[in-house]
Amino acid sequence: MGEAAIQIGPERPSAFLDRVKEMLPEGGNLDLCLTCGACASGCPATGLHGMDPRKFLRMAALGLDEEITTTPWVWMCSMCQRCVYVCPMKIDIPALVYQARAAWPREERPKGILGSCDMALRNESGSAMGASPEDFTFVVEDVAEEVRENQPGFEDLQAPVDKQGAYFFLNQNSREPVTEPDEMIPLWKILHHVGADWTYGSKGWGGENYCMFLADDESWKHVVATSIGQAHALGCKVYLNTE
Amino acid sequence: MEIASIYQYYARWIREGKLKVNSDWNKDLKIKFTAQDPCQIVRKSYGDAVADDLRYVVKTLVGEENFVDMYPNKSNNYCCGGGGGFLQSGYNEERRDYGRLKLDQILATGADYCIAACHNCHAQIHDLAEHFEAPYHTVHLWTLICLSLGILGENEREYLGPDLAEVGLT
Repeated sequence: MGEAAIQIGPERPSAFLDRVKEMLPEGGNLDLCLTCGACASGCPATGLHGMDPRKFLRMAALGLDEEITTTPWVWMCSMCQRCVYVCPMKIDIPALVYQARAAWPREERPKGILGSCDMALRNESGSAMGASPEDFTFVVEDVAEEVRENQPGFEDLQAPVDKQGAYFFLNQNSREPVTEPDEMIPLWKILHHVGADWTYGSKGWGGENYCMFLADDESWKHVVATSIGQAHALGCKVYLNTE
Repeated sequence: MEIASIYQYYARWIREGKLKVNSDWNKDLKIKFTAQDPCQIVRKSYGDAVADDLRYVVKTLVGEENFVDMYPNKSNNYCCGGGGGFLQSGYNEERRDYGRLKLDQILATGADYCIAACHNCHAQIHDLAEHFEAPYHTVHLWTLICLSLGILGENEREYLGPDLAEVGLT
């Protein structure tokens, strides 16, 4: 026996799908599905919670808004966009997933993602672990000093924060300064080796953005704007993602 | 302002002769490596060109004959399951279930190490190896660059296995 068939009411309007189409360029091509299943066959999330990308899109097209906006599967799709890459019609299913995430009341979204976003909003670091600009600057200076003192050949190693006019602005995943600061050292050594003119920013140094994963547009934008704003304020030429 | 991935600059610096890395350290060891193409950097941002940069850097570092690509790869690569907030979502069982595809891909290469230069990928691929007791190690790209340059300090080797723990230490 298979699953019980989903009951579809007569002429049920798909308010959710229509709303999403209005937001996406070309409506995200969401109407163009050929139902070929290329998306689902190459998706690692297929089968989790009885869902897959094709089924998700078809359910949206059929107006099953309640199911679409409450299934926890939207947190199991990593929005990696492989389904878009393989789709003959380039249908943007991840954007549909993103909007389904956004349909969840903010406080009911997964605690870990919510907490990481809120941490990033606590101060101007943009760090999902909540580390402050002062803490970050202290750790960077402390670790760099230790390298200068203890590692021959690196007496001149620099790890600048807020260096005006530096060519490169670097971000840094919070995991390093907070939990394994020694992992920053190889990166600094490479930059030293090639003679790069670089800096971190005391504001916006955090490389991760859990507000994006939370589907919280305003907070996502705030985190990005803080980081890019600091790179601009310092007059940097290249914003360099370090991961 | 230019928004760039550091993989692009690693590749550029090697081409320009500023980053003087080579694979001499691995000539006799012949340790095999594969590399994860992070979705965010490759498929979602810079496409196959940056995946080619990543391979150029990795092959220069470990030796072309010691790099084993996963299949599929580059823009067609599978997400490891660490992306989109999955690592913090609380759905750990589902996350590992998702990751089995990546685990099988890595195991099929027979590589001793998987290079994961993205943090989410690194955390997920490392966790998959621990959880499913897979024999590979998960390593950052910067660790290998410094290893090749002979400047990797002793406290910077957290993710290296015993086969590389002492290499280049003076």
